Amino acid sequence: MTLQERPSRTSGSRKFSLLSLFEAMATPHALDRYLELVDPMTTVRDLRGEVTEIHRSTEDSLTLVIRPTRQWKGFDAGQFVQIGVVIDGVRHTRCYSPACSQYRRDGRIELTIKAHPEGLVSRYLHKNAHIGLVVSLSQADGTFRLPTPRPAKTLLISGGSGITPVLSMLRSLLDEGYGSDLTFLHYAFTENDVAYKKDLEKIAAEHENVNIVFAYTEQKTGGDLHGFFGREHLDAVAPWFADADTFLCGPPGLMKGVTSFFEDAGLSERLHLEEFTPSFATVSDDVTGTTTFSGSDVSSENDGETLLEQAEAAGLSPANGCRMGICFTCTSVKKSGCTKNIKTGETDTESDKKIQLCVSVAVGDVDIDI
Amino acid sequence: MLGTILSILPTTVLPFRRNESVPDQPTVLTFEQVEELGRELDDLRARTVAKLGDEDREYIYKIIKAQRGLEITGRALMYLPFLPPAWLAGVGALGVAKILDNMEIGHNVMHGQYDWMREPGLNSQVFEWDTVCPAEQWKHSHNYMHHTFTNIVGMDRDIGYGILRMDQDQKWNPYYLGNPVYAFLLMTFFEWGVMLHDLETENIVAGKRKWHDVKPLLQGMWRKAGKQALKDYVILPALTGPFFVSTVVGNVAANLIRNVWSYSIIFCGHFPTGVQTFSQEETAEETRGEWYVRQMLGSANIEGSPLFHIMSGNLSHQIEHHLFPDLPAHRYPQIAPEVKALCEKYDLPYNTGGFFHQIGTVWGKIFKLALPNSLTGSAAPAGVIVERKKTSAA
Repeated sequence: MTLQERPSRTSGSRKFSLLSLFEAMATPHALDRYLELVDPMTTVRDLRGEVTEIHRSTEDSLTLVIRPTRQWKGFDAGQFVQIGVVIDGVRHTRCYSPACSQYRRDGRIELTIKAHPEGLVSRYLHKNAHIGLVVSLSQADGTFRLPTPRPAKTLLISGGSGITPVLSMLRSLLDEGYGSDLTFLHYAFTENDVAYKKDLEKIAAEHENVNIVFAYTEQKTGGDLHGFFGREHLDAVAPWFADADTFLCGPPGLMKGVTSFFEDAGLSERLHLEEFTPSFATVSDDVTGTTTFSGSDVSSENDGETLLEQAEAAGLSPANGCRMGICFTCTSVKKSGCTKNIKTGETDTESDKKIQLCVSVAVGDVDIDI
Repeated sequence: MLGTILSILPTTVLPFRRNESVPDQPTVLTFEQVEELGRELDDLRARTVAKLGDEDREYIYKIIKAQRGLEITGRALMYLPFLPPAWLAGVGALGVAKILDNMEIGHNVMHGQYDWMREPGLNSQVFEWDTVCPAEQWKHSHNYMHHTFTNIVGMDRDIGYGILRMDQDQKWNPYYLGNPVYAFLLMTFFEWGVMLHDLETENIVAGKRKWHDVKPLLQGMWRKAGKQALKDYVILPALTGPFFVSTVVGNVAANLIRNVWSYSIIFCGHFPTGVQTFSQEETAEETRGEWYVRQMLGSANIEGSPLFHIMSGNLSHQIEHHLFPDLPAHRYPQIAPEVKALCEKYDLPYNTGGFFHQIGTVWGKIFKLALPNSLTGSAAPAGVIVERKKTSAA
């Protein structure tokens, strides 16, 4: 799928046996546990990345270009990666969607990170990111992707920092020579909040089939559209939306507005979306019971927070990544009890079932096997 | 060095009954006192956890770096068997590297002491150590069995490891006449003893364990020990070419150094004179406070320099380790004064002593308990009587 895949090695078997000899010498430790003490970017199995460029396009957005180690398998536009940094001794990982084309020539990954006031990792990166910083990196993942063959017409809708996966789609489509109608509709508070304004204006000038639309919700003049999403916006900039595939990523309000509009129009199947904001919803009416982490012999009163947060508050350190229900790193076995998925609103009473701790809250007594 | 050891041994080994820590009148701890002590220890734990951060991360990586450096140095010096001092230094460096790997790094990482760092390479669930015992099996017999049921005769299999008589409440039989011999063999082949521990050989002999319980364990041992032996006794010696034999000898010697040292430190943890053991009846349905008290009374520390503590994996702070097995071990020296002050407050013994004193009393016990109680006298009375919930409710 991706262009970055390296050709298979002709001398693969010989290299493999040399590698396995070194690994047998280092057993029981991985070779990377030795190499990382000398150079963290020299790895035989681990995937890491080094920051090679830093740009600040708006006040609260930071763009990093990251050179991955040779294990990187590339990504499809729209997918996300997990970045891990060490903050006060603890490695924290978060998901970010690359904003660059999946065909980027140098194989590097461009991430644009908005500083959230409560975002531990984003605030850390804004303050501490520097050229040469080595981060841990995961292979790309996620189902928010362009279909093959490409859509007959394409509508890309984004809001705020949700611009990154759809910008990657736009750039990748253009690299493929996409010639059909394409509208890129981006919502921001004001023109000062648009992270890729100049790049997008340049794309608009160079491609006749591409319509770049800036919609501002807190600015009455300038730009193309004003106010929140509504049918009139689509009629104005993509009247053909019923014949298009639409890709959506943005804050909850925009997501809700667009999804309910597409549902009413009977077009849900043509709408593809990526929820990138963490869900903080607390099920206020059901906050009772005791949450037991039986694998660690710890229990606490259910306080309505997610099970991941409750586990951490109880002193446990379950593996986790995105903390928003995407990456499944925190998936653990619920031995008994009822949980509610705050992303989907579904409740689940099945025993011995795998659940995502970061988007599950307890409804009454719950026993988690961590 | 050897002279010092020899001059100290006779004086420490001979007096078997140096029970200074056991007073004539036992201390009685009321149920309320036990619970109050439990709360104070919970508070100490919470205050320590709140401090964890960069400092602890830097510490463990510093130790890992030193360990890797010593290991590579040791392996490299095996190429110089024609320079005996260099070769001997290599054996020493490799022995020290293995000690650090097993104790200050492996033992402590596998206790989950660094899980909070969320570093995949230092996670207790995935970490493996440079010894033949598979991490998974060791975590069961050690983290679960030993740390939960510490010093409960009949439940804590670390009391004698199923082959030694280390407590007077273990019933004597003529087999135990060989107690010192078995102990010496266990010391020499300690990594193999640790590996076989989870098999519960005595329960296989007694018919309590069946083949299907044991088979997966044996498979795990075969895999792990095979890789270890391949590395130390085939691949690395072969890479030294003409020095194959001397490298095998050097690697055996390094493993032996590690075996003797780790055996000695570990035996000082629970077997010195004055350490209390418990019955299954009295420890049924313990409260957290009662569990804490059992850990304190059932463990013994070793005094020494900061380097000595690092080389023992801070198991020289066995009391602190048993109270808080998942706190980073280099924090134990920092919290030890508070634990000791609590012991004084409640008139509890805080069993500590120099290495040669502690190991001397351990060997004394090994020799003494080879004989039946009728010849050695009955057990010393418990130094501390813990009032348990059931008695206070009655």
